[in-house]
Amino acid sequence: MALVTTLRRLVQNSLREYSRKASARWQRSFTVGTQPLRSDNKVTVNFINRDGEKITVKGSPGDSLLDVVINEDLDFDGFGACEGTLACSTCHLIFDEEMYKKLGPITDEEMDMLDLAYGLTDTSRLGCQICLTKSLEGMVAKVPESVADIRQTKDGSS
Amino acid sequence: MGAHKLLFSELKLWTSGRGGWIARLHKGIGACGKASLSSCSPKVCIVGSGPAGFYTAQHLIKARQDVEVDIYERLPVPFGLVRFGVAPDHPEVKNVINTFTQTAKHSRCSFYGNVNVGKNVSITELQQAYHAVVLSYGAEGNRSMGVPGEDLAGVYSAKDFVGWYNGLPSCRELSPDLSCETAVILGQGNVALDVARILLSPIDILKKTDITQPALEALAESQVRRVLIVGRRGPIQIACTIKELREMVNLPDTRPDMVAADFDAVKEALKDLPRPRKRLTELMLKTALEVPGEKEQERRSKASRTWGFRFFRSPVEVLAEPSHSRIAGIRLAINKLEGSGEGAHAVLTGEVEDVSCGLVVSSIGYKSLPIDPSVPFDSRKAIVPNTMGRVKQAAGLYCSGWLKTGPTGVIATTMNNSFDTARSLVEDMDSGTLDVSAAKPGSQSISALLEKRGVKPVTFSDWEKIDNVEMKKGESSGKPREKLLTVEEMLHVAWT
Repeated sequence: MALVTTLRRLVQNSLREYSRKASARWQRSFTVGTQPLRSDNKVTVNFINRDGEKITVKGSPGDSLLDVVINEDLDFDGFGACEGTLACSTCHLIFDEEMYKKLGPITDEEMDMLDLAYGLTDTSRLGCQICLTKSLEGMVAKVPESVADIRQTKDGSS
Repeated sequence: MGAHKLLFSELKLWTSGRGGWIARLHKGIGACGKASLSSCSPKVCIVGSGPAGFYTAQHLIKARQDVEVDIYERLPVPFGLVRFGVAPDHPEVKNVINTFTQTAKHSRCSFYGNVNVGKNVSITELQQAYHAVVLSYGAEGNRSMGVPGEDLAGVYSAKDFVGWYNGLPSCRELSPDLSCETAVILGQGNVALDVARILLSPIDILKKTDITQPALEALAESQVRRVLIVGRRGPIQIACTIKELREMVNLPDTRPDMVAADFDAVKEALKDLPRPRKRLTELMLKTALEVPGEKEQERRSKASRTWGFRFFRSPVEVLAEPSHSRIAGIRLAINKLEGSGEGAHAVLTGEVEDVSCGLVVSSIGYKSLPIDPSVPFDSRKAIVPNTMGRVKQAAGLYCSGWLKTGPTGVIATTMNNSFDTARSLVEDMDSGTLDVSAAKPGSQSISALLEKRGVKPVTFSDWEKIDNVEMKKGESSGKPREKLLTVEEMLHVAWT
């Protein structure tokens, strides 16, 4: 399993492009199961999935929320179809008011695609455009339904 | 950037799904690359390899670890409208191909191109070989305007025009005549805006895209300088989305040409509109009515091409030149609106207006066609009648994508629609409604059938050869790819 984990991290490394982060990860990959030596540059992100379950993961400053979902292999159906190029609305996330205000400015281009999202709210954003900073530590992002699910209203299960 | 993208999709390949990579390792993938599962695994056949087909397959494979999915496609190449519909200058929209490629290369998925379901093999034969058949073949026909003169030279459906510039083999001979000054597009959806944008884009932009070489050459010689995009109803009912409108507004070397009176009553209606509609309408109002600043004024005065919406107009006749061989213009009925919002409808006033033009593109909707007499088909709605993807009165038959809901919606819409059908199918397998206990031969019997009939399928690795040839050809001209334009060429590359 260690081999797999190491290989997995190696692949993730090659995407990072920044040697400082890469070296921190490399160190961690050889200490699987122990506390990472330098955890203070990580940002905790909580996702509420479509079943209402809370999933807590960590990302690095500069990662987009879409990066986090992909890197942590979070299983949200159809999330990020256009791979973060502002050509779809499938990475739609909903925040609470306070966190929404901290997220920074939204461009016309993002709003244009966000406008197509199902269940659009005033505190909605596209995950591929939100980049992590330390000030967003502990953020909660809700993954909304992507379509009206008839099944859910029928018998409560999805 | 290219390497980054490759690594990105490699990462997804490795990490997508619950331990997908590790599970394959455990299943003992040998040199042949396919897992050897028991013959009792449920086998599903999907007809059509566009977004609907691939997203249905993706969800099925993920939902049950025993399902095997075979995707059949009429053309030698996969991906449907992602390849033949999405505009050449929208390459990011085509990123979904990476996800589809992952699915196609999954051990429990196989792609069979160059197989014409309905002609080379029947739905009944597929149903005998598979536990379930999912129809995802989309909408290859188009809604006709139903007006006199529609068949004149110079009148094209948007579906064919788009197919032409995107290299759909059946549209290769379209050779649209672009020697006129004015083009009229009927319809105001995103497809209509794509056509307008491709007609008016500077060649320097187009030549860096995967638009076909013949289309590029034709557009380089084009005399079209003015495009009118015509709709039956008003600005608030327009069907396009804001991204496409913004692209027109910002299109280099063009300026907008609208009729201010079309926008009376729109300003007051703004405040009650939901945000997406409001922003779209505001952009239209601004473009149509606002006096531009100095810089924009200068840009517009230098522009050599114009585009504009015309509202409250329906086609009643395409007018021919005296020789009756080509079009001279189009006669439009003038409408007024009854009701408001999405539900407003156009009512004839009795007045008409003639517009001179040499090119008419009818962009009023695609239309699905029946594939096989054994499959129920609603010819009024042009869909396969179904409930949540289960075809009515046809056990074991499902549908997804435009064939299921009608030909509207972006790729994400189709994605959700397909996941929905997959969910229904999995439910039926889990509950026993669909009996998957008896083993079915799947592709083994179908392959034998096809061989007997002299039909040779194109595998996914065959497609990858075509893919590589196209990308290589594009390199020398700075294009992402140079598409092969005929089925013969595609098959030649696939099988050499």
